[in-house]
Amino acid sequence: MNAHVIPPAAPPNAPVVALRDVHKSFGALKVLDGVSFAVGRGEVIVLIGRSGSGKSTALRCIDRFETIDGGEIEVCGRRVDDARLDVRALRQDVGIVFQSYNLFPHLTIEENITLAPHAVKKVPKAEARALAAKVLAQVGLEEKLHAYPEQLSGGQQQRAAIARSLAMQPKVMLFDEVTSALDPELTGEVLKVIEALAADGMTMVLVTHEMSFARGIADQVVFMHKGKVHEAGPAGILSSPSTPELAQFVGTGL
Amino acid sequence: MGLVLDFSVVLDRWQALLDGATLTLQLAFIAVVCGAAIGVFGAIGRRSGNALVERLWGAYVEAIRNTPLLVQIFLVYFGLSSLGLQFSAFTVAAVALTINVGAYTTEIMRAGFDSIHKGQIEAAEGLGLSKAQIYWHVIIWPGIERVYPALTSQFVLLMLASSVTSQISAEELTAVANYIQSETYRSFETYIVVALIYVALSFIMRFGFWLLGLALFPRRRRLGTPL
Repeated sequence: MNAHVIPPAAPPNAPVVALRDVHKSFGALKVLDGVSFAVGRGEVIVLIGRSGSGKSTALRCIDRFETIDGGEIEVCGRRVDDARLDVRALRQDVGIVFQSYNLFPHLTIEENITLAPHAVKKVPKAEARALAAKVLAQVGLEEKLHAYPEQLSGGQQQRAAIARSLAMQPKVMLFDEVTSALDPELTGEVLKVIEALAADGMTMVLVTHEMSFARGIADQVVFMHKGKVHEAGPAGILSSPSTPELAQFVGTGL
Repeated sequence: MGLVLDFSVVLDRWQALLDGATLTLQLAFIAVVCGAAIGVFGAIGRRSGNALVERLWGAYVEAIRNTPLLVQIFLVYFGLSSLGLQFSAFTVAAVALTINVGAYTTEIMRAGFDSIHKGQIEAAEGLGLSKAQIYWHVIIWPGIERVYPALTSQFVLLMLASSVTSQISAEELTAVANYIQSETYRSFETYIVVALIYVALSFIMRFGFWLLGLALFPRRRRLGTPL
């Protein structure tokens, strides 16, 4: 813990997540070229764009899975670009769900969920188990408490992974193409869970290729193209894009 | 000419054989427990990202893997005594076997830890777990589970290889056999009996590791997946 880095008290209407002119390169490849966007409390931001446009990298920078080369990222009042950042404290505020679920295969669903609350937040075991039951009910998997991940379908595994993140009671959730490995039917059950979270007021940043889902859930759509925010605005921009690149992307995406 | 085997004089000394077998198992037990601990730390060291630490562990592994066990035993035996330290043959044997199996275990465990997918570690990091917690919950146990059969084989091999410590007069099974055959002149019979005892010890060890595996890896037990 860096005791000397006390996050400043954020004003009540400050964005939960803010990227300002973020630059990031992998070697010679420029992945983020001056990206800026902000997510207010309870807002749902959907990042869309072609593969390689930088949307997943932008998402991973928010949770410090990538360090940025320039610009600022602020999450829940913390400067993520600060080298002295307490990364573990950041990650208690930020939940992240991945495309490949990444449940721990040797642990039951309950153990997957109780692990972090118990180990990181020191929640007593019994309380953590009650929490696990609660978040599993939230994703509709209460009967899978004692199953192992391999006994679940892909959609169920992804819902369990969402529950595992929720158990840490994050202030913002990041979803990185969480349905890309699933068939349409399983995709539907995962998207329903995310919609319910949004309706509950969870602040979220999603990277997705599901355009109709994006249209339904997004307060704001950010279209990324060649490492830049090419077009951004309310979900309506998906129906009436103002740049030819977004028009083409949405056209081919449907 | 006819082959006439007489086991009676060998079997009459069952008490000595039993003592030898017990000592062999004790040696193996100590070396396995200590060697497994060395293996965990060695594997972590070899993956630490610190060049010096990685090289030191690498040098240890290479030194052990490229020299004969008997020479290692003599090095420990004469090394300690040239420092003026007097230990029993049993202690020297246990130390030498531990150093030996620790190196092999380091390599096996490293393979196991390396096999844990990066996504597992990212998921744990994303939940805010510390490095040590990630190692304990996400890398060490699933990693060991993956290489458990290889570890079992290595540990059984170690038990068999402990026969070499008879050279520094550790009173283990082979040393007892040497003594019996010199007393009875029934060399062939003695080593047949001893070979069979080693087979039995191997089975006992494998059974023990199978039971331990059931305890350590509950998912295997619950889902009935073989290790």
